[in-house]
Amino acid sequence: MSGAGKSQNQPAAAPTPKSDKIPLFVERQTYRRRRLVDGARALPVLGLVLWLVPLLWAVPESKTHASSGLIYIFVVWIGLPLVAGILIQIMKIRPRVPRNDEGET
Amino acid sequence: MTTLNALAAISILYVLFLFAVAFFAERASRRGRANWLRAPIVYTLSLSIYCTAWTFYGAVGSAARNGFEYLTIYLGPSLVLIGWWWVLRKLVRIGRVQRITSIADLISSRYGKSNLLGVGVTLLAVIGTTPYIALQLQSVTLSVEVFSQASGGEQEQTTAFWVAVGLAVFTVIFGTRNLDANERHHGVVMAIAVEAIVKLAALMAVGIFVVWGISGGVSETLERIDASSLGHWEVNGGRWAGLMFLSAAAFLCLPRMFQVMVVENDNDQQLRMAAWAFPLYLMLMSLFIVPIAVVGLDVLPAGSNPDLFVLTVPLEYGQNALALLSFLGGFSSATSMVIVAAIALSTMVSNHIVMPIWLRVNENVVSVSGDVRNVVLLSRRLSIGGVLALGYLYYAQSGGGAALSEIGLVAFMGIAQVLPAMLGGIFWRGATRFGALAGLTVGFSIWVYTLYLPSFGAAILPESFFDGGPFGLIWLHPQALFGISGIDPLLHTMIWSLTFNAVAFFVASLSSFPSPLERLQGAQFVNIQQGTGGARSWSQGSAEAEDLMVMAQRILGSADAQRLFLREARRQGSDTHLPAPTAEFLQILERELSGSVGAATAHAMVGQIVGGMSISVEDLMAVADETAQMMEYSATLEAQSQELSRTAAQLRAANDKLTRLSVQKDAFLSQISHELRTPMTSIRAFSEILRDGDGITAEEQSKYASIIHDEAIRLTRLLDDLLDLSVLENGQVSLNLGEGMLSDVLDRAEAAALAHDDKRGLQIKRDRESEQVWLNTDTERLSQVFINLISNARKYCDAESPALAIVVTKGEALTVDFIDNGSGVAPEAQDVIFEKFARVSDQKAGGAGLGLAISRQIVTRLGGEISYLSGQSGAAFRVILPLEKALAAQ
Repeated sequence: MSGAGKSQNQPAAAPTPKSDKIPLFVERQTYRRRRLVDGARALPVLGLVLWLVPLLWAVPESKTHASSGLIYIFVVWIGLPLVAGILIQIMKIRPRVPRNDEGET
Repeated sequence: MTTLNALAAISILYVLFLFAVAFFAERASRRGRANWLRAPIVYTLSLSIYCTAWTFYGAVGSAARNGFEYLTIYLGPSLVLIGWWWVLRKLVRIGRVQRITSIADLISSRYGKSNLLGVGVTLLAVIGTTPYIALQLQSVTLSVEVFSQASGGEQEQTTAFWVAVGLAVFTVIFGTRNLDANERHHGVVMAIAVEAIVKLAALMAVGIFVVWGISGGVSETLERIDASSLGHWEVNGGRWAGLMFLSAAAFLCLPRMFQVMVVENDNDQQLRMAAWAFPLYLMLMSLFIVPIAVVGLDVLPAGSNPDLFVLTVPLEYGQNALALLSFLGGFSSATSMVIVAAIALSTMVSNHIVMPIWLRVNENVVSVSGDVRNVVLLSRRLSIGGVLALGYLYYAQSGGGAALSEIGLVAFMGIAQVLPAMLGGIFWRGATRFGALAGLTVGFSIWVYTLYLPSFGAAILPESFFDGGPFGLIWLHPQALFGISGIDPLLHTMIWSLTFNAVAFFVASLSSFPSPLERLQGAQFVNIQQGTGGARSWSQGSAEAEDLMVMAQRILGSADAQRLFLREARRQGSDTHLPAPTAEFLQILERELSGSVGAATAHAMVGQIVGGMSISVEDLMAVADETAQMMEYSATLEAQSQELSRTAAQLRAANDKLTRLSVQKDAFLSQISHELRTPMTSIRAFSEILRDGDGITAEEQSKYASIIHDEAIRLTRLLDDLLDLSVLENGQVSLNLGEGMLSDVLDRAEAAALAHDDKRGLQIKRDRESEQVWLNTDTERLSQVFINLISNARKYCDAESPALAIVVTKGEALTVDFIDNGSGVAPEAQDVIFEKFARVSDQKAGGAGLGLAISRQIVTRLGGEISYLSGQSGAAFRVILPLEKALAAQ
């Protein structure tokens, strides 16, 4: 979690710049894993945006057919969990790198 | 048509089947073969208690009445799960690490184990859940009614009653069987997972029958939908977004959801699967709702209850088996929700209301013998009964009907008031107990006033409230606060209650100061990812391990308690069965206990034994102060010891000096006795000669007499010096102050010192210009000093042609340096030459060694000082005289 994450890097060499605590360059695997987490975080935002699209349909002049609306909602509903599941599967395959970095971006 | 009796028989068989599932799961878990019980799929399915009978029957009804709005109720939770990385992951970890037993426990524990908050959330949960339980009872009753209408009969009330009783029995048996530290109910969870499959299968079966059996295929169904009254997408935008948010909030806050999602959670693996699988489950549950609604509206006579389409459509087509399956699906939905809700609520009621009261009433009973476990279990069981009784009473009072179907969202709204305190608590360390209380109180009050009470119609709030506001205050209109009308009542409450809730929570948190325990708990909750070891909350003290053992046995059961104590004892490296009551052990014990009785109660119980010796931050500060004091003290000690070692060094130096002096004194004494004896011997000898002398010439007589005289003078001078020094040292000397020119004093001294200088011929170098200084001093004494210094140079200067330079410098003070060209004084002798009886060497015994000592005494008396200047070409003495006196004399 971003809020908690900040305080996670323990070395309390306080005055040193942040770049000291969080390495600027990380191993490729660590980098990949962090981007996966980014993906997992972004997914619900995408879902929310997609599911708020129906708000635009409620225009009385050009009525949206219920069937197309339902198809849209359910396609998103199938797609999001599948993407989430794929992300989780990839995360499982990739070894867990330093536990402290888990919440970091 | 299935007869009522057959229906009852099937229901009972089904319930027995669930009993069996729960029983075997429970047994497997007790035998330690619970791995498959913890499978992620079981966890995922258990989340399905979100889909109650309100979903199973109500979603179709809602779709038939309000169109596509029903989808939002499932879209919200789907988003929450897909966004598991944000909230759920953290929530679940906190639940596991802190041994959270309920949502009330979470809030209470986070905010400093405050029982007041626990009670508040519990009440909110009970108020919010009771109508929901009533709703489940109603759905079962209605579904039974559908079958009974065919066979005829009126059993509405009794059905609900017996269902309630049956559920109470099931819940008591499987929900309160174990009181272990994990507070996990494997049997119940397994039964719920089975029910989840049953309800999904039932709904999908009806859906498939409707789509392929009645409509004839997917495209035909879609056409049918477009052609129906639901044919166009008409959704209230505000409600679409609002309900999505509300359902997401409720998904996190509902006590039963919290129970299965957080309390029953065993590992992150479960959540990882649920994150994608449960949205799919919800999707499947929602998939056939619209087709069923459309077909139901189409084929069934107008005015039939759309809530029961799931049953009535198959019945209409004579599909009895399908209808029966559908009935079981609805029955499953209702029962699983009621069971879990009852467990969750009973845990809360027991931990936050009954146990604290019991502890208060029976003070200091924790450490005496007896089984508290029974009390806890009894209170749980009674709570379960109470919760179900409340639900039944609510149902009986409201008389069923449409009023109940709206209550689902009202209940959601109520429980969502916990959201700010919960999210604030796990993400924001600044959230305080006072803030949580303020937020909950404000949100709850607004919810009650604007939504809950109005939901009962005019029964509770007088009609006038809805006409012109209470007491004519239009801005207090329950459904149009601040005079802003025209908002959907639900959204109206949602906006105002959650806004004011969050604002009150935030502002009160900002303006209040958290207690030490709160701050520790807050840090632990917010930083849960760090896997903290936990804050130190107990100090070791009077807590007796035996008392703790007694108490733990009564709550955890003796086997578990002994295992725990033994494990901890081993970990502490102790041979006995009782671990030392260290702070760490108390922490672990409290956490274990909190798994059974909640954080606040566990804290109170340990507190009773330990004597309330919870460490506050003040204590820590005091300890820190003490430490600082000790550090300061040790720094002082260090300084002192340095001082001591310095002093010791000085003392050693002094001792060395004394030793040297003593040696010198001994040497001098022998010297002075020799000095005294030599003249005395000659005096005696010559006086004897004179006395006995016959035939001594007058010349000889005169010679002998003058020898005696000289020797006597020498003795007298020696004794004078000794006396002089003694007088000077005792401060008895009186100075004869007068004015004089330095050059005159030096002239006199030079003349006197060199009077007897017969052979060596000391050469004196002087600068007469600089000597023209008037002095106000005792010139006699000063010249004595100078004489001494000059004659020293005369006596001891070992140069070929001895010379003495007298340099006068006028600075802040008047310095007169006497520098000869000899080899000087050896360094080791420099610090003793001013002492009495000190002599540079024994060989050059020219005097008694009192000259410099006397000189120093004199100069000190005159307000100046005399010192040896090292590093000069020869022996160098410096006399410093105060110039004030000198200037004043000019």
